[in-house]
Amino acid sequence: MSNKKNNFQFPKIVRTPDRFRNAIGKYTIRRNSRCISCGLCAELCPYGVHPRYDNYSKPLRPLDHKCIGFKCKENDFFCIDRCPEQALTLRRNPILETLGDYRWTADMLIGHWEMAETGNLPVVDLEYSLGNSGGGFDKIRFKTPEPGDYLNLSDEDMDTSVNLNKRFDGRPEKIIAIPCYGGGMSYGSTALPVMVARAHAATLLNTLTCTGEGGYPQELRPYSEHVITQIATGLFGVREETILYAPMVEFKYAQGAKPGLGGHLLGDKVTPEVAAMRETVVGNALFSPFPFHSVYSVEDHKKHVDWVKEINPEVLVSVKVSTPTDVDMVAVGSYYAGAHVVHLDGSYGGTGAAPDIAKKNIAMPIEYAIPKVHKFLEDEGVREKVCLIASGGIRNAMDVAKAIALGADGVVIGTAELVALECVRCGHCESGRGCARGIATTDHELGVMIAQDWATQRIVNMYMAWRKQWCEILRQYGLKSIKELMGRSDLLVHLDYLDEEERSKYQPAPQAELII
Amino acid sequence: MPKKYHIPIKTAAPRYNPIGKYATVEFREDCAGSCKECVKKKCVYGIFGENYTHASTMSEPEYLYTCMSCFRCVQECTKGIFSRVINPEYRTLGDDYWRPDIINSLWYQAHTGKVPVSGAGYRGPFVAAGFDSMWTDMSEIVRPTRDGIHGREYINTCFEISRRATPLKFNADMSLASEVPSILEVPIPLLFQLPATLILNEQVLLSAAKAARILGTFMLIRPQDHKVLSAYADNLIPCLSCENYMEHKEVILKSRVVELADAPDIEKTITEIRAIKPDSFIIIGIPLDETAASRALELSHAHVDTLHFYADEHGKELNTEDPAFLKEMIREIHLKLVDNFVRQKINLVFSGGIAMAEHMAKAIICGADGVIVDLPLLIALECQLCYNCRNGLPCPAKIDHHIHPEWGSQRIVNLIGAWHNQLIEVMGAMGMREARRLRGEVGRSMWFEDLEMESFGPIFGKRKISGIN
Repeated sequence: MSNKKNNFQFPKIVRTPDRFRNAIGKYTIRRNSRCISCGLCAELCPYGVHPRYDNYSKPLRPLDHKCIGFKCKENDFFCIDRCPEQALTLRRNPILETLGDYRWTADMLIGHWEMAETGNLPVVDLEYSLGNSGGGFDKIRFKTPEPGDYLNLSDEDMDTSVNLNKRFDGRPEKIIAIPCYGGGMSYGSTALPVMVARAHAATLLNTLTCTGEGGYPQELRPYSEHVITQIATGLFGVREETILYAPMVEFKYAQGAKPGLGGHLLGDKVTPEVAAMRETVVGNALFSPFPFHSVYSVEDHKKHVDWVKEINPEVLVSVKVSTPTDVDMVAVGSYYAGAHVVHLDGSYGGTGAAPDIAKKNIAMPIEYAIPKVHKFLEDEGVREKVCLIASGGIRNAMDVAKAIALGADGVVIGTAELVALECVRCGHCESGRGCARGIATTDHELGVMIAQDWATQRIVNMYMAWRKQWCEILRQYGLKSIKELMGRSDLLVHLDYLDEEERSKYQPAPQAELII
Repeated sequence: MPKKYHIPIKTAAPRYNPIGKYATVEFREDCAGSCKECVKKKCVYGIFGENYTHASTMSEPEYLYTCMSCFRCVQECTKGIFSRVINPEYRTLGDDYWRPDIINSLWYQAHTGKVPVSGAGYRGPFVAAGFDSMWTDMSEIVRPTRDGIHGREYINTCFEISRRATPLKFNADMSLASEVPSILEVPIPLLFQLPATLILNEQVLLSAAKAARILGTFMLIRPQDHKVLSAYADNLIPCLSCENYMEHKEVILKSRVVELADAPDIEKTITEIRAIKPDSFIIIGIPLDETAASRALELSHAHVDTLHFYADEHGKELNTEDPAFLKEMIREIHLKLVDNFVRQKINLVFSGGIAMAEHMAKAIICGADGVIVDLPLLIALECQLCYNCRNGLPCPAKIDHHIHPEWGSQRIVNLIGAWHNQLIEVMGAMGMREARRLRGEVGRSMWFEDLEMESFGPIFGKRKISGIN
């Protein structure tokens, strides 16, 4: 919806700095002992790299993550050249070599931290829209737009909303203001402040988030209009009232990070609170089996859907499945069983712990599954009646736009929300006390590292920055609504499918050699 | 129900600090010295706990091998004195194929026997050469058993190295007329073979042979090593040739299985070995080159049990300038035998380049019955694949010194235990309950070229770049 339509106002952007003392940026600025603390650098820098307080004569360490780097050389405020004592040095931060991976590069991580801090697109020269994976979204580009197509509208006039109920079956419409909602991360796998902050941010953004399979903490109740209740194979924490709270219920048949394997919460994370919520024993590892032992056919599945619909006559039903070869058949089966949303979870995503062998090797990447299912639903004549949601390896605003152009109505985001909260993707969510950065942990000390309001605003900021990118893409192609982008694969090119000359017109795929 | 195959996993700590990916470095000249907020004391993983001594002795701090890369020390130090680098030693591990992350993961599995688990999704390339250009499938619809390692249903990982009589013939009274060869079943679809060009001393041999015994599998050995390993004779496969087999009659008599290097007129030698020991199971060792498929077809008519094709250490075809990878070669050989209706008679095992548990599963999907594990056995004993030993230089992991076979065998058992669990994980996801059913079952896999054509072809047209990149 555009802002103006039904009085919904997007939340305000509030600058929300890094919660650690030394933020990581692309560049480092060092001040050596020649500095005489004249304060010129502080006066010059418009980005606030050189903090200086009136009553503090000694120079402070530069906030180098705000530095725009070598491109600043063109400016007359370039501190390195202007320093009368030549006390400042600028270089690329060497720590970048140890940050990120093929999918989430250091640039992409830092770019998202900046978006989460400022609510704007980064001013530093960061490649935050393309990873280094050498395939899929990283090789897909939007075609060069025709200048005449440009639509001169403000962001407020652009529509980025998605309707999750396209069945027109008497159940309420559910329109979310951005083409994303939050993925399921359970109580137990993430810290409670994180979980509540995600729900709060979803409320402010008029979208949804999901409980994951770990129960429904009472702290989520104020936001229940925006919280999906997940029913997964362990049925942990699923009760009649949690189905009644929810605008949408999600059946999780499989998840992309570990398709066909079920879930696993390590014993260390099963604290008294988690155990109480899940009605289990403290310290005992919890397994969500695979599959639903009550579902062995589409008919069984329909029984499940009917059961939930009977309990809550207002609720929408989403079916989350993984991406096997027959994902198209599964999608159609889910639709005929009564699902409003078919949610495909591709194999390269996931937030929680999963066996490495599963993450890499089971089921297909989401880039392949979206067009396959979109086309099959079209051929079956039901595409207009079902909302197709994609997830699993969708990292940034451009990935979202590409997924929609490939045929999805919208996407589910997990990892990027955690990155907004300063996840560094170290991958040790499962070890010992859990996430050392206080995101994916229930440890009594680490689990309260994050302030809920801080986390809420960081997530809001990130999505507001993303929205700016979506609006710009839509404007470039003369589209007013993101719904018009759905299935517009004619606007996309894939570098490997272009002649060399044509390929040279597009930004090449990043190809840095990484050590993994 | 048969007794469930169980691998006795027990933690076997490494003798040396495993070489980790990251090293934390500190610029101590900027340190406040007596900061009460020192991040070293607050490290969640306690990695600085054992690194205080350097401060009192004024020596350089050791690299912190166990850094879990949470960046908290880097970001929280009041003076910002911490940074992080890729451990320079980590860069020296292995080579392009045996990457540092693979070696590191194998060490972890040999230490703990656990399946490597991590959070935050997949972090590697979208697709890569070799086995990394195929995915195993799973199904939301067909689900005979999906309980994986946590489940109630038994997933059988056996394979056979004995030949089969096909087709079976029956008498008029429906009694069996065919002579059915005896069955030799291995509970896990892999055999061992220590690489001959790396360290191969008595302790290493004993460690691997003992592990083979515990796991119920077999180890291919040089005939001269049989004597030192005689306690494990039931689990040994001496590798003989047409030239030397007569010198090793005793070894043949003591072995259930022998491998014979391929040679012209090998049928004569096979007959003579069977004359020495009629119930011997015979494997033929064949180089994986362009003649491999046709040679497999020829040998399928001989009375041999299994064909062992060996690629180079990187899983590449031999004797050619443009080598194919193991995956394609397995398909070629398997399909040649299928097309000629002899695939059921004989077993195929492949060696070279089997580096991870997923390679075992994928090789089987391509058409192998089983695989042969070589370098990972030494890596389990802390080999860094520096290849110093090939140049006569000392081994940094001191594998050439004394290794206790108890420790060594447990490390190998742990590694294979983790591989077994991973095989069960992917088989569970695929809905397969028999490793033998997985053989050649490409329907349970998805291949890069096919997915590109099916999903992207209708949108983007014809691919202009061939291959992976």
